[in-house]
Amino acid sequence: MQSIPVYALAALPPSQRTRTPMSFSNAVTIAGIGETDYSRDSGRTELALSLQAIGAALDDAGIAAAEVDGLMKWFVDTSSEAEVAVNLGIPDLAWFGEINQAGNVGAPLVAHAAAAIHAGLANTIVIYRGVNGRSGRRYGRGDVTGQGGRGAGAFTEPFGLLTPQHGLAMSTRRRMFETGVTSRQFGQQAVIQRKHANRNPRATFHDRPLTLEDHQESRLIVDPFHLFDCCLESDGGGALVLTRPELARERRPGRPLALIRAAAQSGPGQSSPVHRTAARLFAMAGLERSDIDVVQIYDHFGPFVLFALEDYGFVEDAGDFVEDSGTMWDSGKLPVNTSGGHLSEVYLQGMNHLIEGVRQARGESTSQVPNARLSFVDTGIGTGAVILERSDA
Amino acid sequence: MSDWTFERPPDLPLPQPSEESAPFWDALKERRLVLQKCAVCGAISHPPRAKCGSCGAMEFVWLASEGRGEVHSYVITHQAVHPALRGYTPFATVEVALDEGVHITSNLIDTPPEQVAIGQRVEVEFTDVGEGVVLPTFRRQQGE
Repeated sequence: MQSIPVYALAALPPSQRTRTPMSFSNAVTIAGIGETDYSRDSGRTELALSLQAIGAALDDAGIAAAEVDGLMKWFVDTSSEAEVAVNLGIPDLAWFGEINQAGNVGAPLVAHAAAAIHAGLANTIVIYRGVNGRSGRRYGRGDVTGQGGRGAGAFTEPFGLLTPQHGLAMSTRRRMFETGVTSRQFGQQAVIQRKHANRNPRATFHDRPLTLEDHQESRLIVDPFHLFDCCLESDGGGALVLTRPELARERRPGRPLALIRAAAQSGPGQSSPVHRTAARLFAMAGLERSDIDVVQIYDHFGPFVLFALEDYGFVEDAGDFVEDSGTMWDSGKLPVNTSGGHLSEVYLQGMNHLIEGVRQARGESTSQVPNARLSFVDTGIGTGAVILERSDA
Repeated sequence: MSDWTFERPPDLPLPQPSEESAPFWDALKERRLVLQKCAVCGAISHPPRAKCGSCGAMEFVWLASEGRGEVHSYVITHQAVHPALRGYTPFATVEVALDEGVHITSNLIDTPPEQVAIGQRVEVEFTDVGEGVVLPTFRRQQGE
């Protein structure tokens, strides 16, 4: 008999299932979240930032460093699992690893860690990062992603596509041509996210308002991207603690849990288009798009928030949707990037989106969506996403 | 427009050929634009790959491209976000959809950045950048 993947099985009506869908759905929780202060010049090492964030996340979960038996990090980060394990005093590191892509690995790491915990390979896994992304290696200058004319870069870099904004501006221009979505509509989302950041004391742009005119008049960086279409560059760190709900409840009785209802990753480039990622994710969750209460989307460049809203199947015309303020935290039909996102909170490459997704599920956001139960987080425009579910104690 | 010519920033990286792509770069030295074609099913790929995406074969021939196509998309660098572009902005990079059905990243050598447009018909015009490297660049298709 042909083997059916669990996520395909989950999509079948119960009467047609030959076996019970198996997944880690709600078997694992993000029990702790932690972050450092965010700045342009941390004055600390990336290791120090990572350790500070991990400490905050473990405190949040009420779990001791000695209880951690798994570590996972962003592939591009410089603080190795071994180095972190030694510094934390982890006695038995049973699980560690990375996913070889640049920034867009947050949800895939959550998927791997949750699968490992569900399979019994580890009990408590910390996913961490700490980067001097402004004062040190800068993404916006191609410091991390430049290939020196090698590999795929042989066909793009000699012609002036040297940084992340270059390739993404190319696809944005084409999408504007094909769908008619406009720079003003990109600006609408940037303004909405800034309003969210203005409510978030941790946000880099907490004290700076933004108008649509500011967006439209801001200088062109790589046309069609204006300055305020581009994410921040930031120094900072963040961490997540994943474990079983039983332990999380025992340590923080009475607090709502953010259970991992579903998580999905997909291949780089075109090998797994976003609609397939979305199909797997929602099948695993057993949910419809309309069930989702609040959304975080990886916004290295603001236009991709609109594209992702369409590609994941949340809305048909994201340009119209943002013009009607559909993504506002309080009045919108589907609030998006409620902490300010990469554009206005901090550029931690999806880590801050995961942290905000947990906050929304726990009811702790500074722009809290009332009665939010299902919190969706994309960490790379289709290369991975999670759905978190609030569970009351 | 006729007095505008493309000036290539000298610090842009040069292509570092791989085993799969070496025939593509070698042909350019002879001012030929070639595309990788599957020896079994005939599917054309660019950039060159190790295994045909359509049929899985690993043997290829090299097809001489007509060198014509249209601008599929473009970007204009206004801020020198990379040191190699300092002093060369605004700088246009185009994605050309070749008539053979594959896309290639390049520069237009006869069109100033503010005149680049999606849909513009273009044809290949080789640019010798020294050190034995020739790049496939494009100009407006003659007679269009």
